Amino acid sequence: MLHTVNKSPFDSHSLQTCLGLAKAGSDILLIEDAVYAAMSGTAVTSMVESAMSSSTIYALESDLRARGIGSEKMISGINLVGYDGFVELAVTNDKVQSWL
Amino acid sequence: MKQIDWSSLVINESGKVVKKFMYVNRHAPHGTIYPLEGLEVVLIGAAFDQDVSMAFIGDGVFQLNKGQDTADSGMKNVAPTYGALGDYEVTKLYVEQESLDERGLELNDLMNLTWEDEEENWAEKPSIRVVSRAQLSDLLEQQDVILNF
Repeated sequence: MLHTVNKSPFDSHSLQTCLGLAKAGSDILLIEDAVYAAMSGTAVTSMVESAMSSSTIYALESDLRARGIGSEKMISGINLVGYDGFVELAVTNDKVQSWL
Repeated sequence: MKQIDWSSLVINESGKVVKKFMYVNRHAPHGTIYPLEGLEVVLIGAAFDQDVSMAFIGDGVFQLNKGQDTADSGMKNVAPTYGALGDYEVTKLYVEQESLDERGLELNDLMNLTWEDEEENWAEKPSIRVVSRAQLSDLLEQQDVILNF
């Protein structure tokens, strides 16, 4: 299943709830303000890193760029995708859950 | 009825009352309209010659993150507007240290915002002042008007 999350992890618990309920092997795509979860050295970095052992985490490149988050500020191992990659993830997964 | 303490009011050179306005920014940029709306109100307050300052707490500190580029996402890039604040005499941008820490940010990660001090031969000075939560709490207490965005 593909999970998309769009809220800042510092302002909302939606990412935490998503990570708690996502089955192993899930794809998790961070978009809009959720891309702040992809930053290294933050209060939520360890939560995201531990989710990476069972799920694949993606982040939307244009939303990262809009917020000034370069690859040097990111957790390594998070996959960057464009809008085409977003579509690809949506069609290759059987279901999409949008954590609004 | 409560008496007005006239001695506490600051009067500017044209005889108008100057109040201390603090704009508290608590939202990340781009995801919501709050930061943009807040900036517009800040500039209006400054145009009325009020004593304006801004506070950045929580996700609000992300508004000042360097290198924001919205070209690919098709959104308006508000970030350059912060650079103009100094020209509108908005020179006090308080950023909470604890909020930076939680987000893995330091002063170096933020935009280099400055203002020119007329009283010191237009010397360029930094607008961003990193303060502790306790200091910010004191600053809020000193204000006449506090608006959250």
